[in-house]
Amino acid sequence: MLNISLGTIIWTTVAFLVVLFILKKMAWKPILEGLKKREESIEGALKAAEDAKEEMAALQSNNEELLNKARAERDLLLKEAKEIKEGIISEAKTNAKLEGDKIVAQARETIKLEKAAAITELKTQVAALAIEVAEKVVKEKLSNDNKQQELVNNLIEEVTLN
Amino acid sequence: MTSKINTLKSFSSKFGLLIIAATFAFSFAGICSAQDHHEKINEHADDAADHENMHSEEGEGAPAGWKSWKSDGPGGFIMHHVADGHQMEWAGFQIPLPVMLWTDEGFQCFSSSNFYQEENEAHVHGMEGHAFSMGDEYIMINEVIYYLKENGGIHGIEEKVMKAEEADLLLAEIAILEKEKEKANTNDEKTSLNNEIAALSTEEKQLRKSAIITAPFDISITKNVLGLLLVLFLMVFIFLRVAKRYKKREGQAPKGIQNLFEPLILFVRDDIAVPSIGKQKADKFTPFLLSVFFFIWFANLLGLIPFLVGFNIAGTMSITLVLAVVVFVITTINGNKTYWGHMLAVPGVPKWVLILLTPIEILQMFIKPTVLMIRLTANITAGHIIILAFVSLIFLFGAGSEGAYWGVGAGSAIFMIFMYLIEFLVAFLQAYVFTLLAAIYFGSAVEEAHH
Repeated sequence: MLNISLGTIIWTTVAFLVVLFILKKMAWKPILEGLKKREESIEGALKAAEDAKEEMAALQSNNEELLNKARAERDLLLKEAKEIKEGIISEAKTNAKLEGDKIVAQARETIKLEKAAAITELKTQVAALAIEVAEKVVKEKLSNDNKQQELVNNLIEEVTLN
Repeated sequence: MTSKINTLKSFSSKFGLLIIAATFAFSFAGICSAQDHHEKINEHADDAADHENMHSEEGEGAPAGWKSWKSDGPGGFIMHHVADGHQMEWAGFQIPLPVMLWTDEGFQCFSSSNFYQEENEAHVHGMEGHAFSMGDEYIMINEVIYYLKENGGIHGIEEKVMKAEEADLLLAEIAILEKEKEKANTNDEKTSLNNEIAALSTEEKQLRKSAIITAPFDISITKNVLGLLLVLFLMVFIFLRVAKRYKKREGQAPKGIQNLFEPLILFVRDDIAVPSIGKQKADKFTPFLLSVFFFIWFANLLGLIPFLVGFNIAGTMSITLVLAVVVFVITTINGNKTYWGHMLAVPGVPKWVLILLTPIEILQMFIKPTVLMIRLTANITAGHIIILAFVSLIFLFGAGSEGAYWGVGAGSAIFMIFMYLIEFLVAFLQAYVFTLLAAIYFGSAVEEAHH
């Protein structure tokens, strides 16, 4: 136990060093390398996942931005469309009014003209009638000259031209 | 294929449990065996009363441990189990081991059963312990093999022992004369005393020379050497398999036996090597630290399996000495400028203090591995001694009465189980401590100066 035996020392030295060498070359080297490789690959995978996550987040914020932009554009478009619509409506209204007014004015003009024409025609007819009447009266009256004269005078007096 | 994987998986997961279960089974077996011994004691005691002759009743089957109890009491019994030997004892069987000797006539190899035989038992007066002679060529006293014929037979060895005792007496005489010389007043007295001392010391030297009992160079595969080889074989077997898995399953999750050892490999690398040495330089030392860690741990576990011949591998100074020397050599050849600078002249200390400090620092270089060696040996051996002491208690108290035998037996059993659990911890802890301190020494050797 506590006494030193040279034989044991020799056996231990030889066996231990041989095993140390064998293990170092054939066991610890591949084991430690394998561990390192695996750790690196895990680390790499984790990093890739983290990157992907970040990318995802970036993409998402991008999307959001895009969406916002689109929304704003849509709002703008709508607003413009509304404006245009209102513009068109109001223009149409004014146009319509103008047109209406114009039509009304034309109508009035026409009415006026028609009226004038009618009056003229009426006048002519009245005149013709009057003449006819007068002719008839005259024909009758003229049988009596005095009376004829008198009648004509009366008629003329009565008919007032407006 | 699947079934093979499953078997391996269950093997690895049950491996640890198996060790624990085996240990407990054996520890109970140990208690039972102790009971057998107890009965033998009683029988022998009866025989002794009847025939007053115990020796003839002992028979050939009596284990050597039991013989050492007979001759040296519990101390001898315990030391017999802790010490190295040229044979293994397992469940009452004696398994011989090869004895290899480098003698004056060349290499000799024979079975150790040539020694351990009743008819070869010898008594050497003046030498404590057991002696076995092998023909008239060799004699083994306390597991140390000496020449027999060259030393003049047993008688010649006894004479040499006496001569050594005489030499001891002469040394004592010389010491007395030295004291007288100091007290002497005149020069004449001094010279005469000097002459006397010189004469005595030459005589003493001659006696010492003739008292040397010559021995062949013993390179036998002893019990602990076999245990050592077993542990190293186990390590190669296990870790080559683990390494194969790493090669096969590159980048994949660990599996089977690989899964069993990966946490420990990572523990040594990440919790011992890297914090003590530093990340960049740890790679160089990690293989050695792993080897040492698993060697000590396996050796301790093997030594904990009761009645498996009682290996005491990490509790053998010759083996721990080699470990310590390897640690010392690695530390020394890797020592950089800062390390040596620190040792030879601690920076920032006044010059006159260095006169005191430098020798201490240099001494420390040797003390550190020595302490490693002693700590490991003492801790492992002490654990074995305590458990054996509890076994001895059963013998001691049980010899008196049946009640004491059962009472002490039960008490000892409880304490033994408790000690076993602690020993499991110690087995790991000592492997950890040795590896950690070795790593710290390596770390101090390669540490860069930090300003």
